[in-house]
Amino acid sequence: MTPISFELNGREIRVENSATHTTLLEFVRAQGLTGSKEGCAEGECGACTVLFVNPHAESGSKLVPVNSCLVLLPMAAGRAVFTVEALASEGRLADVQRAMVEHGGSQCGYCTPGFIASMFAEQYRPDRAGACDVHNLSGNLCRCTGYRPIRDALATIGPPTDERFLARLSKPPQPLRAVDTPGFSRPTSLRRCLEILRDHPESRLIAGATDLAVESNLRGRRFPHLVSIDGLEELRQFSEDPTEVVIGAGVPLGELASLWRNAPPVVHEWLPLFASPLIRNRATLGGNLATASPIGDGAPLLLALDARVKIANLEGERFVALADFFKGYRDTHLARGEVLVSIHIPKPLRSHARFFKVAKRRMDDISTIAAAFAIELDEGHRVESIRLAYGGVAATPIRAIEAEAELAGARWNRSAIDKAKRAIAVTVKPISDHRGSAAYRLAMAQSLLDKFWYEYEKREESAA
Amino acid sequence: MKIAGKSMPHESAEAHATGAALYTDDLPLRFPRTLYAWPVLSPHPHATILSIDLTPALTVQGVVTTLCASDVTGENDSGPSRHDEPLFPTVAMHHSQAIVWVLAETLEAAKTGAAKIAVEYEPLPAILTIEQAIAARSFHSPEPVRMRRGDFHSAFASSAVRLEGQISVGGQEQFYLETQNSLAWIDESGGISLHSSTQHPSETQEIVARVLGIPKNRVSVECLRMGGAFGGKESQGNPWAAIAALGAVKTNRPVHVRLPRVLDMVLTGKRHPFLARFEAGFDRRGVLEALRVELYSDGGWSLDLSDPVLSRALFHVDNAYYLKNVELMGYVCKTHKTSQTAFRGFGGPQGMLVIEDILDRAARTLGLAPETVRARNFYRDGQTTHYGQLVKDASRIETIWNQVKVSSRFDERRAAMARFNTSSPHTKRGLAITPVKFGISFTASFFNQAGALVIVYRDGTVQVNHGGTEMGQGLHTKIRQIAAQCLDIPIETVRIMAPRTDKVPNTSATAASSGSDLNGAAVANACEQINERLAPIRASLGPAATFAQICNAAYFQRIPLFAQGFYRTPEIHWDPKTGQGKPFHYYAYGAAVSEVEVDGFTGDYQLRRVDILEDVGNSVSPLIDRGQVEGGFIQGMGWLTIEELLWDSRGRLATNSASTYKLPSWSEVPEIFTVAFLERAAEPGVIFGSKAVGEPPLMLALSVREALRDAIASFATEPSNAPIEVDSPLTPERVYWAIEHVRSRIENAQPEPVESHAG
Repeated sequence: MTPISFELNGREIRVENSATHTTLLEFVRAQGLTGSKEGCAEGECGACTVLFVNPHAESGSKLVPVNSCLVLLPMAAGRAVFTVEALASEGRLADVQRAMVEHGGSQCGYCTPGFIASMFAEQYRPDRAGACDVHNLSGNLCRCTGYRPIRDALATIGPPTDERFLARLSKPPQPLRAVDTPGFSRPTSLRRCLEILRDHPESRLIAGATDLAVESNLRGRRFPHLVSIDGLEELRQFSEDPTEVVIGAGVPLGELASLWRNAPPVVHEWLPLFASPLIRNRATLGGNLATASPIGDGAPLLLALDARVKIANLEGERFVALADFFKGYRDTHLARGEVLVSIHIPKPLRSHARFFKVAKRRMDDISTIAAAFAIELDEGHRVESIRLAYGGVAATPIRAIEAEAELAGARWNRSAIDKAKRAIAVTVKPISDHRGSAAYRLAMAQSLLDKFWYEYEKREESAA
Repeated sequence: MKIAGKSMPHESAEAHATGAALYTDDLPLRFPRTLYAWPVLSPHPHATILSIDLTPALTVQGVVTTLCASDVTGENDSGPSRHDEPLFPTVAMHHSQAIVWVLAETLEAAKTGAAKIAVEYEPLPAILTIEQAIAARSFHSPEPVRMRRGDFHSAFASSAVRLEGQISVGGQEQFYLETQNSLAWIDESGGISLHSSTQHPSETQEIVARVLGIPKNRVSVECLRMGGAFGGKESQGNPWAAIAALGAVKTNRPVHVRLPRVLDMVLTGKRHPFLARFEAGFDRRGVLEALRVELYSDGGWSLDLSDPVLSRALFHVDNAYYLKNVELMGYVCKTHKTSQTAFRGFGGPQGMLVIEDILDRAARTLGLAPETVRARNFYRDGQTTHYGQLVKDASRIETIWNQVKVSSRFDERRAAMARFNTSSPHTKRGLAITPVKFGISFTASFFNQAGALVIVYRDGTVQVNHGGTEMGQGLHTKIRQIAAQCLDIPIETVRIMAPRTDKVPNTSATAASSGSDLNGAAVANACEQINERLAPIRASLGPAATFAQICNAAYFQRIPLFAQGFYRTPEIHWDPKTGQGKPFHYYAYGAAVSEVEVDGFTGDYQLRRVDILEDVGNSVSPLIDRGQVEGGFIQGMGWLTIEELLWDSRGRLATNSASTYKLPSWSEVPEIFTVAFLERAAEPGVIFGSKAVGEPPLMLALSVREALRDAIASFATEPSNAPIEVDSPLTPERVYWAIEHVRSRIENAQPEPVESHAG
């Protein structure tokens, strides 16, 4: 690998020779910065959390906490990174460090540096209006404390106080430059990206690498050439007009809420259930669709919203309805050399939509089953249109077409729901695994429709 | 100066928060030329190893050598109880068992080398569930452990209400954030030194010496601190230490053995899954007249600590209740799985779950409130346990119960909840209060000893060495407070040294909640000796003299400024043959009230509120103790709710990573979480009147399980006296099927067993 360089705790670091699969976590630990820990190597525990300095439209830049175990080292090229070791200032503890000490927020201490990094970023979050939001720590696991003292510690945190960081964050970071090394490319234009894909047909696209780095860390998969979309402005666009909402495939999920300011309630129901904040800071909607996991949380909602995707290749662009996008288990209509550019959601959006996720753990778990439903009723309380989409019940995310047909035009009542539930049993053929039995998945596919109907009616009742 | 009893941050808190605190995994950089190790894993749960070809590994660039049975210079065994754990097996005894190891310059090279090693297996039939083990009579010991009192049979026959049934209780992964780690090197004098993430440095030393075939004085083991342990490093750190030591001897280079998460999960033991079969007789008021319980634990492939775990389960089947006529029996099943081991509570939680489950069944059957039935069965002053120990301070159970019922407004909320549930068809709330009585001491009496070495320097600063290890529980914080208090010096002048076997020898594991009781008393004993020696000098120098001046004067008078302390717990004994004795120094008490809300559409639930009252005696360190209570409770709740260990039909652990095995996260923390300590609770005969706190709070989480069963019961569409029969853990799926059952929509609580359900 030709050298890459990045800024680590304020110092420029040159990496002369490192394998592409080396993670940022492994690298910083090998530099003696052993505060960041490996607890799981798959982005679940947050013990490895470090801070990226990313651009921020209003303030200049912001600190973004990420799982360093899921950052392959070349992905850090040209970035500024802070680890826990850099947060205390000349022997004086940072506010969040002081608060954790005083509140008994650490016991064994192994998860603590990761928590400190997330808490520090939360204190310095530019769009934070009031108190710190404890939900932004939910990518960090603690096995000792039961979290209460950490919650209390965060509650005492006021505005940022460290002038060094405030000065640093008032300026935008360097824009990401192109990287081209054996085994890794980061193009800065879509055109160049497509050419690299043509020249390296064996290459894999990576966005946040939150799926691919797990393959690499846990299953030892090695990739001959990786092409990062981090530098592609074309994939980071967001726009909304009267006809559609367009989400760039490379927009990190964590930025979606602030970009889509008048998003319907279902989006706010959905986003917090989608992985953890640390993952959302890196993972993208495009990546979630392109990996085509049957249990990805992106597809069900986008299917219910009738989204389509824009795909680019060297010849031009094409659109594919998301309902046609998935070909089979972890397989899509993306051909070799093609790039998923954006996701397009038609407007007007259905007047009522919900997202449900059933998992062992309420937050930050992989779905046993996920469902998204969108409905339009006419004046006579009849179903004008309905879409019922599921993840976790088949080899791909699916629409329950038979049940939709059963409901279309029907009066929106108990008996129609019961018929639709019977039809769901025709469509849905789930499997049993460690997340849940087939019987439970089928029962949930039906029961969630019940819940959708019941809560809709209850809402109407209380509104009336 | 009152230091003991003061709330203080963890002794390493600042180092934790800045990332400066070092763990074994952080050390290899400090050892030039360290080698890294990776194992070859068995793809079968049970198989004879026909042949192993190690040579292909050596062709990989960076591979230095391999380790196999012929490299063992001592005994090829790392078993802590029986010698039944070959380090390099000839028969693979569980899926993913380590067969041989590769040492290399980098971890990547070691992995690549291990992947090239060809092992030929002949698969053998495997026993993967408790039921299979019972059918095959595959037990670690042929004879069961028994405890009994009174006449079960006639009492059962004459009971007004008779219940029988069975309860399957899942295990739990410790999931310490720092996985198993050992680093070994040949020290400057030719001995073997190790940094090891171990709760039991003396046993790690013993196993290393055994495997190397050298005397113990050639081996020294140090544990800086652990990133969590919870029992999972009481015995299960030893094999990795032995591999590191063996590698260091073979290569004369430092060797680091680290199990990353997935290896840690598939190689190391967990909390034992249990199966309980019971018969219970009650009178009409819900008073327990007769109880018979058979407990079967899934011990896995080797014995490890399964015997004392089973005993503790049998000791705690009573929890806080008087068992008048009782017959208990237990077996440790031998299965082809990881060797299950210690985990916070050590069998106690499984034993208590059984009695709490039975009392709730009795209450529903009799149409009484579960809290009424529980209270009617409490121990009263003067009563003894089924193993013959007087229940000291038995009235505290009721005192605590009544206090937390009032402070949590239990009765008021119970009434409000009934109204809520009537008006809410699809969301129901549940409320429960459960007590805990937990015996404190190692049940193997000889472990209840501790040593300390307190060193005072001429400048009045102090180093405290003791046999206890720090895993986050705050032991070093308490010891520091105890030493500062005893010597009457500022806490800043006391430094706690990491435990090393060459400072304090022949130590017991830091386990059984006994760390501060035993080591604290040993440190206090050493400090008292120093105080006695310094007293004349103190008197002669007058009250204005500083500790440093006193120490310096003592030096010139040739008075030794260091002392060894020792402590042994008095008056404990236990005879497994008769099932009688006084195995515990005292009992720790507590009670918790939990409220849940359950979604009837999915079985999903939320813990809304928890109120705890815990008896910690006179707390030495209240901030630390509160942390133990809260953390233990949430960990117990995880065991009973979302943490599910599943093995597939090939014996492979299906939930083997952080993405498939789910710890409690922020979403599981109750909005309202109050913790109070029982007042005026000094425990005579324990250091500064304190009580142990490490394990007991974990079992307070049984209130969450019982609250969930309470909520499930309220989904019944018509009044019912049917008990709520549901296995543990109460995942949303199990809750959903239990709800479907009480709605009378399905026959059994779980129509289709999950294919890979735990035994």
